[in-house]
Amino acid sequence: MLKVRGLNVYYGNIHALHDCSFEVNEGEIVTLIGANGAGKTTTMHSISGLIPIHSGEIEFLGQSLKGVPANKIVEMGLAQVPEGRRIFANLTVMENLEMGAYIRRDKQGIKQDYEMIFSKFPRLKERYRQVAGTLSGGEQQMLAMARTLMSRPRLMLLDEPSMGLAPLLVKEIFAIIQEINRTGTTILLVEQNANMALAIANRAYVLETGKIVLSGDAKELAASEAVRKAYLGG
Amino acid sequence: MGFLHEFLQQMVNGLSLGSIYALLALGYTMVYGIVKLINFAHGDILMLGAFGGFFVLAAYGVTPLTFVLALLVGMIVCAVVGIVIEKTCYKPLRNAPRINALITAIGVSIFIENGARVVKVIGPNPKEFPTFKTVNFPIGDVNISQIQIIVFVVSIALMFLLTYIVNHTKLGKAMRAVSFDRPAAYLMGINVDWIISFTFALGSALAAAAGILFASAYPQVEPYMGIIPGLKAFVAAVLGGIGSIPGAMLGGFIMGIAETLTKGFISSQLADAIAFGILILILVVKPSGILGKNVSEKV
Repeated sequence: MLKVRGLNVYYGNIHALHDCSFEVNEGEIVTLIGANGAGKTTTMHSISGLIPIHSGEIEFLGQSLKGVPANKIVEMGLAQVPEGRRIFANLTVMENLEMGAYIRRDKQGIKQDYEMIFSKFPRLKERYRQVAGTLSGGEQQMLAMARTLMSRPRLMLLDEPSMGLAPLLVKEIFAIIQEINRTGTTILLVEQNANMALAIANRAYVLETGKIVLSGDAKELAASEAVRKAYLGG
Repeated sequence: MGFLHEFLQQMVNGLSLGSIYALLALGYTMVYGIVKLINFAHGDILMLGAFGGFFVLAAYGVTPLTFVLALLVGMIVCAVVGIVIEKTCYKPLRNAPRINALITAIGVSIFIENGARVVKVIGPNPKEFPTFKTVNFPIGDVNISQIQIIVFVVSIALMFLLTYIVNHTKLGKAMRAVSFDRPAAYLMGINVDWIISFTFALGSALAAAAGILFASAYPQVEPYMGIIPGLKAFVAAVLGGIGSIPGAMLGGFIMGIAETLTKGFISSQLADAIAFGILILILVVKPSGILGKNVSEKV
């Protein structure tokens, strides 16, 4: 579904991604793990078209994403829940969801999806008229995910959804991610919390200073010596 | 003339003038909110709008219908001009340091003013703006002219319309989303370029309306006519809190009333000095403005 081949990205003179190649197949949960500064968010930004790629190829559903404006990529069915949630804190919860559905014209379908979202996230229903900036961290993460779901993506990128959340909430968020996957959305998940990410993923890639150093079945990677030493605290 | 009578009279004048400043201040504040640029050419859009109205009224005479037509023509022409300026002058500099765009805005302003002087149909000499014959409605001792009423009513109507667009339409919500977090707006599939153009169009249309109302109240049009109202509206936007839409409206009225009260009670010559004195005072006391938020810069 998503194929990344030989991706190189620069920030000025800094070579942030070196020849990264990976792919995500339909229906999978794939995770990209790595330490702070390894290039995980850079990878996500370049897939979503927020930063230009220097060389290499990104293909989604057989179409190249090179030079496609970020907003068009969303229309193609590839949407992202960005790092740090990035909800529109000045808009209400409902308006945030409306912005998530910005590209859609099917009023009836949008209405149904609001219902679907509210049954999945009852906390958001209680607070739909509230300004989003007043939500708690966990609620904001749920809103960020709900907002992205409103575009009905076929592939959803999630960048550090566990960041800054209490362990119990992290569990809840990861359960929701699995649920989203079960209802037919493919997931590419970036996480520092490698334990949790490897537990729900089918396959995983390990990113280290801009290079993919390991890849394979998530369960096998979780069991491997190298990964456990470097990322799982054991 | 008693003090109270003079005060009420100047309040009426101030509300009318202030509503024009408010319309103009809205353009500054919306553009700043979305691209963090002080569009110093905004006052010159007022001038172009006034000339747009001038040509319609000069050709068809002054009737309520032609006045509405003048407003529509001026607003549409300036909306297009606003989009063209944004696309050609500011968009290429969107990722450049902010000071570059600011200097460009000053350049655009000088270009429009002097361009207007050169163009035959406008030219450097002041022209009389065709307007309604003044009819006064005395209420007690206070005189209200029908032009003041038109200015006030049209301004308030446009402000309601704008508030509705910004708060209740999909485009308006997208405008607020883009101004809050542009990359996140891209990730929603919002066509950010389009939203920025739309914002310039809205602001410029309001400036055109302000220009026609201004010229109806002070019936003269010339290429430099936008400079002083432009600067005062900029002060109004800063006073209310740049980036805040209700702030711009409030700031506009405060500026208008401060100006007419100064003219009435202190001295006409000091009016402008006081306007800019207000700017210095806000910058010292509350730089974020009356309704402005204290937002720390995002890195």
